[in-house]
Amino acid sequence: MKDLLRRLTSIPAPSGREEQIRAFIQAELKDYCDELTVDTMGNLIAFKRGGKTKLQFAAHMDEIGVIVTAIDEQGFLRFSNIGGIRPHRLYAQRVRFQNGTMGVIGAEKIDDLKQLTLEKLYIDIGATSAEEAKTKVAVGDIASFDHGYLDLGQRVVAKALDDRVGCAVLIEALKRVTKPQNDLYCTFTVQEEVGLRGAKTAAFGLDPDLGIALDVTATGDTPEAPKLAMKLGQGAAIKVKDVSLITHPQVKELLTTLAEQNGIPHQFEVLPFGGTDAGAIHLTKAGIPAGVISVPCRYLHSPSEMVDLNDVEAAVRLVVATMEHPITL
Amino acid sequence: MLLKELSELNGVSSGETAVRHFIRNRIQGRVDRIQTDRLGNLIARCDQGKKGPLVMLSAHMDEVGLMVVGIDASGLLKIKTIGGIDERVLISKRVFVGPQRIPGVIGAKPIHLQEREERERPVKTTGLFVDIGATDRNDAEKDVKIGDLIAFDVQAGPFGDGLFKGKALDDRAGCAVLMNLMENEYDLPLAYAFTVQEEVGLRGATVAAYGLNPDLALVVETTSAGDVPPLKKHQASTRLGAGPAISFMDRSVIVKPALIERLVAVAEEAGIPYQFRESASGGTEAGVINQTRSGIPVAVISIPCRYIHSPVGVLNLDDFAQTIKLIDAFLRNIAQRGLPV
Repeated sequence: MKDLLRRLTSIPAPSGREEQIRAFIQAELKDYCDELTVDTMGNLIAFKRGGKTKLQFAAHMDEIGVIVTAIDEQGFLRFSNIGGIRPHRLYAQRVRFQNGTMGVIGAEKIDDLKQLTLEKLYIDIGATSAEEAKTKVAVGDIASFDHGYLDLGQRVVAKALDDRVGCAVLIEALKRVTKPQNDLYCTFTVQEEVGLRGAKTAAFGLDPDLGIALDVTATGDTPEAPKLAMKLGQGAAIKVKDVSLITHPQVKELLTTLAEQNGIPHQFEVLPFGGTDAGAIHLTKAGIPAGVISVPCRYLHSPSEMVDLNDVEAAVRLVVATMEHPITL
Repeated sequence: MLLKELSELNGVSSGETAVRHFIRNRIQGRVDRIQTDRLGNLIARCDQGKKGPLVMLSAHMDEVGLMVVGIDASGLLKIKTIGGIDERVLISKRVFVGPQRIPGVIGAKPIHLQEREERERPVKTTGLFVDIGATDRNDAEKDVKIGDLIAFDVQAGPFGDGLFKGKALDDRAGCAVLMNLMENEYDLPLAYAFTVQEEVGLRGATVAAYGLNPDLALVVETTSAGDVPPLKKHQASTRLGAGPAISFMDRSVIVKPALIERLVAVAEEAGIPYQFRESASGGTEAGVINQTRSGIPVAVISIPCRYIHSPVGVLNLDDFAQTIKLIDAFLRNIAQRGLPV
């Protein structure tokens, strides 16, 4: 699992530029499903036959990033955010463009951190003129954080664990599942960070009976953290509610029962902010019961997100248990 | 002049009838079939005997404006904004109220009667009213009803060195582009959608795209030109006179790189000037079209326009002409080479 997480998080894939990560997952899964397709939006759908009920899993491939909006006369790049990014998390970070160009984020003079907005930041790629900058980067080019993978033993740190950990859980579950009792549509979605866009169109195309998103959730287990019940190392989190979704009672019941029956460590999640692909899935067509299995994650939307491998393992087991349980709703 | 005629029509969101009638009359006979859908979108198709991917071209008919929300005892009209209007531009503007185009002016407390603090703050819509010259409520109610829409009274026309000024250029200029394209024959099925209620939440395009289910959509818009002080150069998203603006991303959509590459290749091959919209903010109908059904690839081409969402916008007529040329060349390219993948 560590190796898979390391490889998945090392691939840059900000929203709208998921080609590389999709190719990697495609290669990883080609021997573990009946069919692999890519839809119009770019979602990767791994299908595995198993039963009557159509079960959609969704883990998003994309990560937050930045996009160049202008190149000034001195060769500094002005940029906008892709997905939810706080300016103070960007300052002095290194970014990598799709073509390999590296840069560091600098800021205009400010007197107070409160004045730090995205408009005050710029990317310095070491160019000495606009002409030189334009040989390396163009307006519209997209970059992601460049931060190495860190193995802390039971816990690992990397950029883009949101939601490569969800992708890893789904990949691992597909490899482990031996007797699927439902038709499995494992979707690796695009553009989640900019508004659950891939999941929305994927769900419309698939029209599943049940949707389950695999994503990260915030924790309340760090100094002076927001009051949240979720903790690292306490197991897979079964979502009860976030801004985009109130988990369908039957889905919550199903996941809880499966966790209890299989002795899978689990916790419940109420998240007062944020949303996941399940939010888009459950409002598709005439409505689709949906839920979320989350992996608790510290320092979300930063270049150093942290997860606990016990939670990852619990999430894999809960996904496999769901795949192998004949579901009737 | 088509642009002038379109600009001077009133079509505040949900009240697009006059614009729809005008376009319908003008394009009759030029297309294979015309239909008005249930939300009021005007859909014109050129698809008889055509093979290939269905391409949807969309431009919205509606404009920002005001709505009458009350009539006071003295016959003055209370108002609310429809769409994103900077309230500070409203004072003292001449307007037309309702389908009968009743003339009025937007009034506010004159400077002599204002307290010092009032002078330092911009007036909010709640402090503004429309005066239609009525003597009292009964008199006003003869001409105006609550819910009537209010549009700015602005004469459009060319001025300066190849520029054009007028209200509602967002997005009548886009409508004019579509009407110009209809003069040409393309070897692929096309659906021209003149949509309603864009300014209040991309509503017309949402259902138009669902109904048409195209293989590719092209949104023709206007976008703010920031080439005016005190903006720094890197803060301007587009510039007047630099050609049509191609979007790579905004808050509603990320355009597929392959589509942008094709547009750029077409422009360069045909020697058509273009610029990138150097911003990732704002949103257009492309967002909802892209998210329709199982997903629809979409691109956005915009005519740069100064002072949009105010009573008067300014665009460059060459940008307008080049936009038509670029889309014309793009459609011929798609007919010949198919969709970019």
